[in-house]
Amino acid sequence: MNSAAPIIEMKNVSKWYGSYRALTDVNLSVYEGEKIVVCGPSGSGKSTMIRTLNWLEAHQEGDILVNGIRLHRQMRNIAEVRMDVGMVFQHFNLFPHMTVLQNLMAGPVWVRGIPEAEARANAMTYLERVRIPEQADKYPGQLSGGQQQRVAIARSLCMKPRVMLFDEPTSALDPEMVSEVLDTMIELANDGMTMVCVTHEMGFARSVADRVIFMDAGQVIEENTPAEFFDNPRHERTRLFLSQILQH
Amino acid sequence: MLYADTVESGAAVHRPPVILAMLLGFTALLTFFGLGNTLVGHFMSPVIGDPETAGFYGDFATGLVLAVLLTANISGIAFLRLPVQILIVWIELFLLFLGFFYSFDLNFEFIRSKVWFMITQGVFTTLYVSAISITLASVVAIIGAVAKLSSNGFAFGIASFYTSFFRGLPLLMQVYLIYLGLPQLGYVIDAVPAGILALTLCYGAYMTEIFRAGIQSISRGQWEAARSMGFGFGLTMRRVILPQSMPLIIPPTGNQFIAMLKDSSLVSVIGVWELMFLARTLGNKDFRHMEMLITAALIYWLLSICLELIQSRIERFYRTKSH
Repeated sequence: MNSAAPIIEMKNVSKWYGSYRALTDVNLSVYEGEKIVVCGPSGSGKSTMIRTLNWLEAHQEGDILVNGIRLHRQMRNIAEVRMDVGMVFQHFNLFPHMTVLQNLMAGPVWVRGIPEAEARANAMTYLERVRIPEQADKYPGQLSGGQQQRVAIARSLCMKPRVMLFDEPTSALDPEMVSEVLDTMIELANDGMTMVCVTHEMGFARSVADRVIFMDAGQVIEENTPAEFFDNPRHERTRLFLSQILQH
Repeated sequence: MLYADTVESGAAVHRPPVILAMLLGFTALLTFFGLGNTLVGHFMSPVIGDPETAGFYGDFATGLVLAVLLTANISGIAFLRLPVQILIVWIELFLLFLGFFYSFDLNFEFIRSKVWFMITQGVFTTLYVSAISITLASVVAIIGAVAKLSSNGFAFGIASFYTSFFRGLPLLMQVYLIYLGLPQLGYVIDAVPAGILALTLCYGAYMTEIFRAGIQSISRGQWEAARSMGFGFGLTMRRVILPQSMPLIIPPTGNQFIAMLKDSSLVSVIGVWELMFLARTLGNKDFRHMEMLITAALIYWLLSICLELIQSRIERFYRTKSH
C-alpha cells in the first residue's frame, strides 16, 4: 500500500432512500494508481456507492473524502471535486446535440476555462487514444454503442481527472462491442490511471484489478486481491455469487 | 399521418350500400332544409314549375338533385390521387366560403378604399404587439419553468400562483384589469404597453408549462453527465438542457404565437389600433360592418397560414438536426 494519503476515502458511509437503507457502513480507501473493481448482485448498492464518490448521490452518515476534501451538504466547492473525478456511465450520457469534438471540449473550455485551441488539440489527442479520431465531427447518435462509450471515456479524460469512476460501462453494449471498451479501459489502467469500476466483467477484474470488492445488501462483504477473490473467496455469499455468474 | 396498414381496403364511398345510404341521407337532409324556394330552386324551375308554389315536391326535387351531385362529387374525388383529393376539397370548401360571403352583398369598392390602411396600421400593430409579447412571454416562461422545477418553496410558490392566476382568468379580463387597475395604484399605463403586458403575462403562464415539460423531458443522465464534470446549474441549463429541449418547446410555442396573433384582437377593447379595432371602427360610419369584418378575418387567416408554414419549416429543421 501507498504511504501517501488516499485519493478517495470512505469511512463508515451509510445512505438511505427514505426508510430503505442503501448503504451500510461502507469503508474504502483508494490510493493513487490503484484499480478497484466493485461487483455484486443487482440491488447490492454498488452503483449507489460509486455515485456517492462524486456526490451525484448524497450520503447521510460517515465521511467521504476526495483529494482530502470532505463531501457534505453545505460545501461550496463540489465542482472542484467533480472536475478531478471523471465518471463513465452505463448509458454513456453524451450530449446528443453536440458533435464528438464539442462533447470533448465542453468541460475543459466551459468549466476549466482552457483556451479553445488548446482544448481542441487536447481532445484530438484523447480521441486518438480511444482510436476514433475520424469520428470527431459526427454526432453521438451516428456512432455505435462501443464508439459512444469510448467517446464518453475520452470526454472524462479531457478534464484530466485524478481518478476515474466507471459505472457498469459495458452493461448497455451489444456483446461484440464490449471488448473494444474493455481494451480502452485496460490501456488506461496500464497508463497508471486510478480507477474504480463497477462491472460484471470478471475477466477484466482478474487481469486489471488490484483489489476486488464484493457488495451485497448495501454492505461490503469481501475485499480481496483478484487471485484470492476468484480462487479462494473467504465468504460463502461471495462463493455463491461467483458460482452463479461464472457457470457458463 | 397515422401509421397506415399495408393492406388496402378500398374506398368506402365506392361501395354500393354506402353510395345508396349517402344518396338517401343527403336527400332527406336537404329536403328537410326546404331548398325549393331558394336560388337553387329557381334553377330547377323548368322541372318543378314556379318555385313559390311547388311546395314539398319542389323541396324534394331540389334536394334530390343536390344529393346526387354531392354523392357523385364525394365518390368521384375518392378516385383521385391523395394530393389532388386534398386540393379539390380545399377549393370546394373555399368556394362555399366565398359563396357565404357573397350572400352578404358586399361593397368591394368600400373594402378597396380601406384595406391599405388596415394593413399598414392594423396588421403592423397586430404583428408588433404579438411579436414583442411572445418574446417577453418566452423570457417569463423560462424563469417560470425553472422556478416551478426548483426546490425553493418561495420560487415555486410565486411561479405556481402566477400560472394558476393567469391561466385561470379570461384574457379579456386581464386586459381590463391591467389597463384600468394599474392607474388605481397611481401608475397610468398606455393602451399598447397595457396590451403587451396582458398578453405577455397570460401567454407566459401557458408557456411556463410548455417550457417546464420540455426541460423535464431531458433525461437525468444529461444532468448527471454535466454535473459529474463540474458544470454548475446555469451552465448545464444553458448549454445542455435548453438546447435539447428546444425541439420540444418550439412547435407548441409556434402554436401559442398563432393563438396570440388572434388573441391580440382582445386588446382592441382598450383602443389599440390593431386589426380588430380597425375592423370594428372603420365600417361604423357607413354601416359597412360586414365588409370590414370579413376583410379582417381574411387577413388574420392569411397571417396564420404564413405562421403555420414558418412553423412547419422550423419543425422540419429540428427533426432533421436531431437525427
